[in-house]
Amino acid sequence: MHTIRFTVNGHVEQATVPATMTLLDLLRDRLALTGTKEGCGIGECGACTVLLNGNPITSCLMLAVEADGSDIETIEGEAIGGELSVLQQAFIDEGATQCGFCTPGMIMSARGLLNRIPDPSHEEIIEAIAGNLCRCTGYEAIISAIQLAAARLSQDIGSRDAQEGRAR
Amino acid sequence: MTRELSYVGKPIPRADAIDKVTGSASYTHDLCLPGMLHTALVLSPHASARIVAIDSQNAEALPGVRAVLTGRGLCYQLGLYMQDKCILARDVVRYQGEAVVAIAADTLDIAKAACQLVEVQYDLLPTVLDPREAMDASAHLVHPDLHTYEHMEGVFFPKAHTNIAHHQKIRKGSFDQAFEGADSTLTASFYNPPVQHVPMETHVSVAQALPGKRMEIWTSSQSPYTVRHLMSVCFDLPHAHVRVHVPYVGGGFGGKAGLGLEPLAYVLSRAAGGRPVKVAATREQEFNTLPSRQGLHSTIEIGASRDGKIVALKSTYVWDAGAYADYGVNIGRAAAYSGAGPYSIDNCWIDSFVVYTNKIFGTAYRGFGHLEILWGIERAMDLMARRLGMDPAEFRRRNLLKDGDTTITGEAFTSGHGNPLQCLESVAEAIDWGTPSEPSVDSYKVRGKGLAMLHKAPAMPTYTSCAVVIKLDEDGGGDILVSGVDYGQGTYTVLRQIAAEELRIPIEKIHITWECDTAFSPYDWQTVASRFAYMGGNAVIQAAADCLEQIRSVASQALNVAPEDLDFEDGVVFPKSDPTRGIPYSKLTLGYTFANGNSIGGPIIGHGRFIAKGLTHLDPETGQGLPAQYWTYGAHAVEIEVDTQTGEIEILNIVTALDAGKVLNPKLCIGQVVGGVVQGLGSALWEGFVFDAKGRFLNAGFVDYKIPTAKDIPRHMQQILLENPQPGGPYGARGVAEHPMISVPSAIGNALYDALGIEFNTLPLNYERILTRIKEKVEPS
Repeated sequence: MHTIRFTVNGHVEQATVPATMTLLDLLRDRLALTGTKEGCGIGECGACTVLLNGNPITSCLMLAVEADGSDIETIEGEAIGGELSVLQQAFIDEGATQCGFCTPGMIMSARGLLNRIPDPSHEEIIEAIAGNLCRCTGYEAIISAIQLAAARLSQDIGSRDAQEGRAR
Repeated sequence: MTRELSYVGKPIPRADAIDKVTGSASYTHDLCLPGMLHTALVLSPHASARIVAIDSQNAEALPGVRAVLTGRGLCYQLGLYMQDKCILARDVVRYQGEAVVAIAADTLDIAKAACQLVEVQYDLLPTVLDPREAMDASAHLVHPDLHTYEHMEGVFFPKAHTNIAHHQKIRKGSFDQAFEGADSTLTASFYNPPVQHVPMETHVSVAQALPGKRMEIWTSSQSPYTVRHLMSVCFDLPHAHVRVHVPYVGGGFGGKAGLGLEPLAYVLSRAAGGRPVKVAATREQEFNTLPSRQGLHSTIEIGASRDGKIVALKSTYVWDAGAYADYGVNIGRAAAYSGAGPYSIDNCWIDSFVVYTNKIFGTAYRGFGHLEILWGIERAMDLMARRLGMDPAEFRRRNLLKDGDTTITGEAFTSGHGNPLQCLESVAEAIDWGTPSEPSVDSYKVRGKGLAMLHKAPAMPTYTSCAVVIKLDEDGGGDILVSGVDYGQGTYTVLRQIAAEELRIPIEKIHITWECDTAFSPYDWQTVASRFAYMGGNAVIQAAADCLEQIRSVASQALNVAPEDLDFEDGVVFPKSDPTRGIPYSKLTLGYTFANGNSIGGPIIGHGRFIAKGLTHLDPETGQGLPAQYWTYGAHAVEIEVDTQTGEIEILNIVTALDAGKVLNPKLCIGQVVGGVVQGLGSALWEGFVFDAKGRFLNAGFVDYKIPTAKDIPRHMQQILLENPQPGGPYGARGVAEHPMISVPSAIGNALYDALGIEFNTLPLNYERILTRIKEKVEPS
């Protein structure tokens, strides 16, 4: 067993975990952060995507012990104080969710993209979500939602997201 | 006077979206109950074998293991249409991947470790993999006891001592005579491989056996009441002793209709002393243990006159049911009565055989057999058109069903069915049909255009029904109780729109809870067949009317006005003669109190229901009868670009027209069309199971089985939604959710011929297949 310390959505966490535990299981089973989904368990579908130090990763492929000392963001941290982020609102406005099972991972991949590139091109958006499978939407509305979020963020630098420093 | 609609037809956002974008939507996948056990499975490595012995002693001895089950003690036969399936393989295994042993333990790791300790001894049996060979009299029988199986009598016709689970016939006119007399004839064969639904949430069920012969189930299902009914029948429990919850469901596409993992979770819980047990399929098990879409071998024969009129059509469909055919038989039936496409055919002969093989079994998948049959029909239409030297669109124009025609089962086609011709003309115009594609900028890429028609009706029992309850709230709002499941289609949002429209209250005040619970939600058959908005919508209209009648009755006494002199608007009931004297619903929903304290009325709860109307069983010999509550017609046209160096197809543009009758919510409807088209691209270009000679499934996972990603979507997609109203549909609507997927492969196959001059009759149209054929054409062997 190993004791690790890390932050999740800004909260400091400590856990004692077996070496074989994945970050995904740590989040879901220990920390009850079930917004992060498991769709395949082998890093192929992207449903388990979270941000590790700002970058999207598939949490089913990372061992919990590897997350020691890191800063993790999950879908539960995306809305703050019950207020949706610009990205979340754009997903609603564009109809970018159907069954919703891929949505948390999709939003985290999009969040990682907007952190890196505030005004992504169509190709950059597709590249960013190419590892996130969605069987319902046909992706078009998801791409539009990310474009809409980027546009709204660039127009509204006083927005909450900008204040939070989340679309650097 | 037609009242202007406030909500119906408007792009109202999904009510469930906020749960889904915040991660707070809770799926069965996320459920954890106190004391809950986890399950791992031992799967058969063989496609066909006798189970000689199972040694599970070491597994049982592992600390933390709470139940070890094999098929031997589980003498149950399960099924909705055909009771041919066991909970775990009993005596024999019929496909590679079939569950043989199930172990429930304190943790998933312990359950998996215990599975490693189980030893199963098999004796190999003959294997039958090709359904056409399985029809031979000498073929190995997958189900030697087929003649003893219970099934829906008078609807399905299993052939004793064969592998044929069902044979559906359509006979209209005299095919042989007309075919012989035709100016031109065509015979062509086609193949669709089995494919997977790939819901992002795999199948998962939690069950708890409770004292007093009761059980509680939480399941990722499209069918809460069908699960309740089948569990009740199977385990001989009163229906009310089976309580089924369906929380948010992470996709279904037909694969979660009927029974899934619920029986296994229940027997494990029973064996583990009543602790709740979760059975969650791994992604690999989703492919090779849980059901798929059936494969199909089809042969289409068409006879046509010189002027382009089809005089005779014969289809032979041989469905690869796999090891079990509970749903397969009904797909075989639907394929027959839809089996000539949306065309007027006077002389028609269809045989649809549903045949057992030693492969993963089939079930419903979005379109219910229609993508498969229309792959053959719509490719054959192009082949026939070319044989006649006629433009494929013109050939279809001359044969599409129109007012006054009869379908192949003898149903009169009327303008109320919608307008297939308008669908065709819409996509042809949008794709600039008749004008050749612009050449590609790359010399090694060629372009082509293709189009295809589609049609489908809900395939459901003649008595399919549903009910809706609307409870009005203290604040004058309403709660809709239904047990159809919204697993992403958006139906709940549409039902809210209809309720708000009918009750005349703001939509923000109408609620639906995203969990079906058979203890509280009224009956619904199951959420399949693109029928929920139609049937549920009608039931909501009736339930709302019931609420308004109750409001009218109380308000009439409160206002001392005749009931017929009252009207409703914006949550207020008022005398037509003096709208200022209105009473808000909120003062009536629990009963009305006069100034002196006397009260009348009481809580207002409205009830609505709907049952399929006028459907008949099909004649067993001729297939004549009325199988369909309504038909939905549509068409796709595509323009593609083929890379002749790699065989890659890029979809430059795909235009889809559907006659929706009435678009209840354009945003959600377009979402269904785009999603369906892209899912159809998967079937067209990449998806298909690969088996080796021993029946082992070689691509059971995302590494080897590719579904469309964001990189694969067409450059352009266009949706044309027509509104020729459906008599009897809510606001004139008919179902559209499955349809966008149907005939996507057909249109692409037709465009491929236009681009390359090569006929492709086998799916998927992957790089390898295309490149091989291009090379054959350039350098014939």
